[in-house]
Amino acid sequence: MSDPLFSKKNLTLLTEPLNSSNPITVQVLGICSALAVTAQLKPALVMALSVMAVLAFSNVIISLLRNTIPNRIRIIVQLVVVAALVILVDLILKAYVFDVSKQLSVFVGLIITNCIIMGRLEAFALGNRPWQSFLDGIGNAAGYGWILVVVGFFRELLGSGSLLGYQIIPENWYLSNGGFYENNGMMILPPMALITVGVIIWVQRSRNRKLIED
Amino acid sequence: MKFLKDFFEKTEPLVQKGARFHWLNSVHDGFFTFLFVPRSTSQTGSHIHDYIDLKRTMSIVVLSLVPALLFGMYNVGFQHYKAIGELVSTGFFSLFIYGLLKVLPIVVVSYVVGLGIEFAFAQMRGHEINEGFLVSGMLIPLIMPVETPLWMVAIATAFAVVFGKEVFGGTGMNIWNPALIARAFLFFAYPAQMSGNAVWVSMGKTDVPVDSFTGATPLADIAAGNVNFSVADAFFGLIPGSIGETSTVAILLGAAILLITGIGSWKIMVSTVAGGVIMGIILNLFAGSTGLSPESAAFFAMPFWHHLILGGFAFGAIFMATDPVSAAQTEKGKWIYGFLIGILAILIRVINPAYPEGMMLAILLMNTFAPLIDHYVIQGHIKRRLNRAKLSA
Repeated sequence: MSDPLFSKKNLTLLTEPLNSSNPITVQVLGICSALAVTAQLKPALVMALSVMAVLAFSNVIISLLRNTIPNRIRIIVQLVVVAALVILVDLILKAYVFDVSKQLSVFVGLIITNCIIMGRLEAFALGNRPWQSFLDGIGNAAGYGWILVVVGFFRELLGSGSLLGYQIIPENWYLSNGGFYENNGMMILPPMALITVGVIIWVQRSRNRKLIED
Repeated sequence: MKFLKDFFEKTEPLVQKGARFHWLNSVHDGFFTFLFVPRSTSQTGSHIHDYIDLKRTMSIVVLSLVPALLFGMYNVGFQHYKAIGELVSTGFFSLFIYGLLKVLPIVVVSYVVGLGIEFAFAQMRGHEINEGFLVSGMLIPLIMPVETPLWMVAIATAFAVVFGKEVFGGTGMNIWNPALIARAFLFFAYPAQMSGNAVWVSMGKTDVPVDSFTGATPLADIAAGNVNFSVADAFFGLIPGSIGETSTVAILLGAAILLITGIGSWKIMVSTVAGGVIMGIILNLFAGSTGLSPESAAFFAMPFWHHLILGGFAFGAIFMATDPVSAAQTEKGKWIYGFLIGILAILIRVINPAYPEGMMLAILLMNTFAPLIDHYVIQGHIKRRLNRAKLSA
């Protein structure tokens, strides 16, 4: 307990998942939702925040319970905790941002099965104190979230010509209005999300040579 | 030629490591070996090589594409003047010049963007420049509708070179045919500019089409239920379509060049056509069955050999399916690969009303399966020989 709250060691729990142990680009977890909710920026943002809330609090709760959970039923206990939090998040979204909640539809519920959450619970929360687990949860969710936001940014900008629903590309550029431009319909389709994530991985590995496996 | 050779020899010290223009080394080497036979000899491995290296092979494929390109230019002019009703009063050269001015920019854009990216990657990785793009750069314009905006051609070419080829390691490593990647990208990204009835015939903003003009390709017409094309026009290529795909005659000329020089695989060409014919006959047999809408019934009933001269079937079978990198490598595998391309192309064409042309998707799909086909052909071969060895033992 001698560590200060924001010691160097604790801070790396926050910063490592942003880059060198990023859940999406390095561990390749949570890809499914990254493809599904990033056609526009707003659902991507909401999804990132939802996952952050669920991951941080489930990490804390499991970490608090870690010495009382019998080892043989730990998965089911983790599922109960995660499911309860996901239902909470779902209800909050329905109450305050109903339209986004409709867009995200089943994917909020599917946060339960997001590999990142179970992965962190198993790998970190079961063996560490609540504060560290909280930081780890925030860090990993942020690592997941920034990829989602970047992918959502490019997909909405190039695929719909807008950001957060506001038109960015001038209307009179479009071919239908006598201009020359056209939205790239492929950016809306899931394959392009995969390729965008691939490009992020490409850029990341060319900057961070440590990550290149031979 | 002497002064060119002098130029390359004089500039060579300047591009060596540490010299002033060292960052141009790959470019220098690339142009030199393109124009002259390389001077380097093998250090290890096999010491006897065919005189025809990759660059010479590529040049012959480009040569075999020239008839389709020239005819495509003529046809662009032909379709344009036919649409505005001035065909009779316009001479051969006006038609050709009109098409030339429309097609040439697309060719230039495709080559500048594609080669630019290739050169940049080769220089960055310190490789020598591979001339794989010489063929792709010619194929890409030939499979575009003439009205494709140039910036779309540029984006599609860049996408095809970077994601179709360079991410896999460059020439010879790609899974799919890069030219088809470019077309598939445009097809899914900008469907309004790549399909429908407005893109196949070049029309200026002020041109007024004649009353009977629709701009639809014969295949789109048939999919909509009205069969009105003349077989002779389809065979010679005077029908709307992508720039290079319309003329079966020009494509057959190219096929002859590929076959005589032994560069294209005749097995793939023959089996692709066989697959198309067989699928066409099967569909003919089902044409009378109940439950078909009148449109599909007309498409089902189309004589099977019409499929071979319409749309991109001939072009795909001769130039796309035979791409040595993305096709099956084993001899038996080539038969299976080509046959399935033919079957799938006609199947997609007739059964799926959303895609009146199926050649692109059929070839890309079979490109994906080519390594699997090769794997099982080789495994089957090994198994047979093992059995033989056991018997004799």
